[in-house]
Amino acid sequence: MSTPKEPYRLAVVSAGTSDPSSTRMLADRIASRVSALATERGAAVTVDVIDLRELASEITTAIVSQLMGPKMTRAIEVLGRADGVVASAPVYKAAPSGLFSSFFHVLDNDLLIAKPVVLAATAGTARHALVVDEQMRSLFAYLRTMTVPTSVFAATEDWNAAELGERIGRAAIELLLLMESGFAEQVRSESWKSYQHEYGSAGGTELDIDLSSDLMRLATGGSAKPPRRD
Amino acid sequence: MQFGIFSVSDITRDPVSGETPSEAERIDAIVKIAVKAEEVGLDAFAIGEHHNPPFFSSSPTTLLAHIAALTERLVLTTATTLITTNDPVRIAEEYAMLQHLSKGRMDLMLGRGNTAPVYPWFGQDIRQGLPLALENYNLLHKLWREDVVDWEGQFRTPLQGFTSTPRPLDDVPPFVWHGSIRTPEIAEQAAFYGNGYFANHIFWPTSHSKRLIDFYRQRFEHYGHGTRKQAIVGVGGQAYIAKRSQDAVKEFRPYFDEAPVYGHGPTLEEFTQGTPLTVGSPQEVIDKTLTFHDAFGDYQRQMFLIDHAGMPLGMVLDQLELLGGEVVPVLRKELAARKDPESAEAPTHASLVKAKYGDGPARQPRPNANRGDNVTGDSPYQDSAPAGADE
Repeated sequence: MSTPKEPYRLAVVSAGTSDPSSTRMLADRIASRVSALATERGAAVTVDVIDLRELASEITTAIVSQLMGPKMTRAIEVLGRADGVVASAPVYKAAPSGLFSSFFHVLDNDLLIAKPVVLAATAGTARHALVVDEQMRSLFAYLRTMTVPTSVFAATEDWNAAELGERIGRAAIELLLLMESGFAEQVRSESWKSYQHEYGSAGGTELDIDLSSDLMRLATGGSAKPPRRD
Repeated sequence: MQFGIFSVSDITRDPVSGETPSEAERIDAIVKIAVKAEEVGLDAFAIGEHHNPPFFSSSPTTLLAHIAALTERLVLTTATTLITTNDPVRIAEEYAMLQHLSKGRMDLMLGRGNTAPVYPWFGQDIRQGLPLALENYNLLHKLWREDVVDWEGQFRTPLQGFTSTPRPLDDVPPFVWHGSIRTPEIAEQAAFYGNGYFANHIFWPTSHSKRLIDFYRQRFEHYGHGTRKQAIVGVGGQAYIAKRSQDAVKEFRPYFDEAPVYGHGPTLEEFTQGTPLTVGSPQEVIDKTLTFHDAFGDYQRQMFLIDHAGMPLGMVLDQLELLGGEVVPVLRKELAARKDPESAEAPTHASLVKAKYGDGPARQPRPNANRGDNVTGDSPYQDSAPAGADE
């Protein structure tokens, strides 16, 4: 008998602004599909939802003052311990909403390293379909996340289409397989130091201090570089 | 334990009256504020350093020397002196001069400065800010401790046979605090030299400042300067005080809402909850300040930011009355009762002289005669050891 595995922790970030919102509904469909697939494979998933409309004023505060409010602090904790992420944005003016982008802009660059992410977006017209691949993907590449190959985009006409369900299924299994592989955990355990960090980054968890660096040698009266030999 | 105030020297429009003070008015005001700080029984006054409007404090030692002449007890210090864009040779000279004129009633806090355009005005590059700060301090440390310095680094013209004048008062270098919010290398440098470490403690919660304070304490002990508890820690803070809590909130809110840096961002309530700022009655300021001690343990200097964001002079002077009259006396009593006998007293010139000479006389350097070339060579003072004697 195998020991039961810890459930996977899935964080859902939705930038939908109405209640109910189609952006949130899309994210929820992806999350429940991930959960269902996990159950079929003998695993469990716990889902934490970060609804950005509730964080709106804290997000703008963080942008202009670096002050992280209590809801932002909780969201950062949720993302920091997540095994996988579903990030879902409405498209405004041919771009993911400012609320969505701003939230990710204020996160530490190293918070999401190597974590698997499903990118999803909703829009009123199919003309926005490439926003996920051309704009959201680059943001998540910068954050060095592992975005799954399938993007999920839903325009008004997609909601009743079976094809949307198929794409959700594809993205969900891709995410689940990446979570199962332990890729993020392994990258972090074997290669964390090779990424750029600041003291207190990764949501306040990165507190290692390398006492043998060039700068530390300089701090303790030594010279930063060996003297020039001309 | 020392209590004081620190100012960034901003000249900001008063959002209530709509008036922006002139540079002349604001400079006059800061002198009055510093003199008042002594009158109400505070121990220290610190001024920042900036080289761009809307700030006035480009020349802190000139201001502090003037205040020293008008006061008797107040310790004059900085928050901060830019160790990056100032030549460490000029820092050594100017602050040694201030030390003489103030009869040792001074120290200084070093910081990097985070305004990128300032660096190239002084021939520097902000991308090198940290190594520049570290290397410049290494030189400053030497200039105040060795009569004749030979030195070569990455960022400055080498020095050969250089003597920084005047030598520090009683040949005891000014005490140095290293200010840092999140840079372990700065805390390490403070610990390595046995200097003070100062956490700005304005924009982030107390837990944030505690991390590097704890690291500094541990490293201070590691380098053999004393135990962790004996490390020298200073902490910032920010308060607006009124007799009644609701008046404090009402009076301060317009200044908070329009304040440089955080204005138009968080609400006053969010900011007081998430940072060390207290807006309230004297008792509320006392209670919040005691939470700093809960987190950091005994520390040696508590500075408050009370003049900024366009607050008019009268309002700042009222703040000083309340801070000096009602808040600090209670804090002194409370913290004295809590003090661990092992922890250090705040360093002063007198304590540093005592540590160096005991009850003996302090060294008073007297230069040798000018040999006609204005260069004094390797033994510039009558009691200087000749070259190579200490090797």
